Amino acid sequence: MVNIIFNAALICYLLSGLGYTLYLVFRNSIVKQFSIYLLGLGLFSHTVTIVLRSIDTGHGPYTTGFEIASFLAWVIVLIYFFIEFKYKIKDLGAFVIPVVFLILLFSAFQSREFSLIDESSTMFWLTMHRTLSIIGYAAFAIAFGAAVMYLIQENQVKTKKMGVMYFRMPSLEVLDNLNYKVISIGFPLFTLGFMTGSIWNIKTDESFAWDPIRTLPLIVVWLVYCSIFFGRLLVGWRGKKAAQGAILGFISVIVSYFFHVV
Amino acid sequence: MSDVNLILVGVNHKTTPVEIREKLAFTKGKIEESVDLIFNFPEIIEHTILSTCNRVEIYARANCQDSAINSIKQFICDFHGLSILELEDHFYSYRNEDAVEHLFRVSSSLDSMVLGEAQILGQVKDAYSLAKDLRSTGLVLNQLFEKAFSIAKKVREETGIAERSVSISSAAVELAQKIFDDLENRTVMLVGTGEMAELAAKHLISYGVKTVYVTSRTYDHAVNLARALNGSALGFDDFKNELYRADIVITSTSAPNFIIKKEMVEQAIQGRKNKPIFFIDIAVPRDIEPNINSLENVYLYDIDDLQIVVSANMKEREKEAENAMSFITQEVTKFNNWVGSLDAIPTIVEIRNNAETIRNEELEKALKKIDNLSEPDKETLRLMSSSMVNKILHKPTIKLKEKTQSEDGHIYLKAIRHLFHLDD
Repeated sequence: MVNIIFNAALICYLLSGLGYTLYLVFRNSIVKQFSIYLLGLGLFSHTVTIVLRSIDTGHGPYTTGFEIASFLAWVIVLIYFFIEFKYKIKDLGAFVIPVVFLILLFSAFQSREFSLIDESSTMFWLTMHRTLSIIGYAAFAIAFGAAVMYLIQENQVKTKKMGVMYFRMPSLEVLDNLNYKVISIGFPLFTLGFMTGSIWNIKTDESFAWDPIRTLPLIVVWLVYCSIFFGRLLVGWRGKKAAQGAILGFISVIVSYFFHVV
Repeated sequence: MSDVNLILVGVNHKTTPVEIREKLAFTKGKIEESVDLIFNFPEIIEHTILSTCNRVEIYARANCQDSAINSIKQFICDFHGLSILELEDHFYSYRNEDAVEHLFRVSSSLDSMVLGEAQILGQVKDAYSLAKDLRSTGLVLNQLFEKAFSIAKKVREETGIAERSVSISSAAVELAQKIFDDLENRTVMLVGTGEMAELAAKHLISYGVKTVYVTSRTYDHAVNLARALNGSALGFDDFKNELYRADIVITSTSAPNFIIKKEMVEQAIQGRKNKPIFFIDIAVPRDIEPNINSLENVYLYDIDDLQIVVSANMKEREKEAENAMSFITQEVTKFNNWVGSLDAIPTIVEIRNNAETIRNEELEKALKKIDNLSEPDKETLRLMSSSMVNKILHKPTIKLKEKTQSEDGHIYLKAIRHLFHLDD
């Protein structure tokens, strides 16, 4: 049953992502409405699978690779919905929801067995570490979507070749602001997640073994977002540079994910 | 469209020069005067007058199309004291589907001088509501105009016909909005006091731009324009140092060389911590070094670039107009079907045929059961059954014909068709 609902969520995200992308090219308000409803339906069924599984496991969705990826996708959709209704940024869905679908698709191929390790003694730190990091990652995913849109739009304005999407997509300023906002929320959360993760690591392993393969990629990710964040504040890196940074950052997130979680 | 005779007679900017159009215009007062005069033509059942600066059109439903078209032409000429011989060539007239299509095109702004302009829909709406107030419209025109409004709305929303700007200064505003989003509280700097620059600045101000700086080689010109735009004047030697304050810079000097150079812009952009600047160079020869466009967060459009944007937008509107046309064609067919549904005759024929079939079947059955009937007796039975059918159907037939001419006629028709199982 849970599997069926999970697959339903996956299909909803796929269709919703397709819908958003179609809406980008062919204006049709019905397609847009449909995409939003499908996304809502996807989020609902996704939530159900996470809740049911958490009841079974007795803890939050952050112990196995499957849970983490699924939880990440869920948080992205949640943040996306917030942005969609608060800022009404047209077409962001076309750049974010396909990413959500891919993450959930990736999780679908992960083992769905429950985690066997008993971590109840350090549960607090584990929960903090995983939850904060995942919210941070989700913010980075949104920043990635906004950055791709920025680069497309910037290129159109700069080269004076306005394509179909020029009129549909928001202004450079809105996209740059969104990029900045989500990173300035995501970066501190990710930093906290990183710190609580270290504490958890020390608590679980008395002889705190430094594992460079798992840790180094995270430090790279942290450095990338650190320079994006402070680069804007101190040197005024904005616009194209900030967008390129957000894309580079998200690629580093994906790479580090495979080292750190998988 | 069998017995609903829609017609349209008019002139517009394509058929008639403004010197004649202005003589034919109907102001509100003149329309009020005209209503009853038009109803003096016995063939006219309902009508609406649409008069804008680009067109004068009278839509009507009439008993006889040919005579109604002539009557209306005559009326327009007589009313304005002009001779029909003079105007005959300027008039166009459409009937039925073509008249419907024309109104749908007009209200969707596909027949406008500037495709997709927003004014016409409001003008059609005003014309219709005035006609409605004056009780000159009825069943068909009401439906026609209401339909035209919903189509126009849909065309605006679902095609890009009105989306892209088609003048230089609105194209500049549109670009500024793609860079800065909100123009509220932005700063614009005018370098040179050219007329086009002034126009663009006014346009930007109407979108919320707050601070205006004006500089010119002749300081007095700068002061005058600054006063007109509620801004402040800068000396021509100072503006370079103030460039970093401006979000939007519009140049229009008659200088023979570039007066804004790459180094200046580099400095300005540093001064504003990489916040974007939008340069609009309206001057010919150009005022701004073209290679500044390669700087990050700097966007430069010269007059040709804007012109290209405008003509691309124009083409795009034409393309969108084609999309809109295919939609309108569908809607014309739908309207046509609705009008067809107003026609009582086919329904009456069907009911009669059904009744006739039943009568024949029952008559044959009865005749078989009764023996020894002479031919005259049989004939009597036939006549009796026939006159029963006729008498039963007579009153409903008359009533139905009458009702289908009223506001809710189609409801009667639908009910009748339902009760008699005509659509099963």
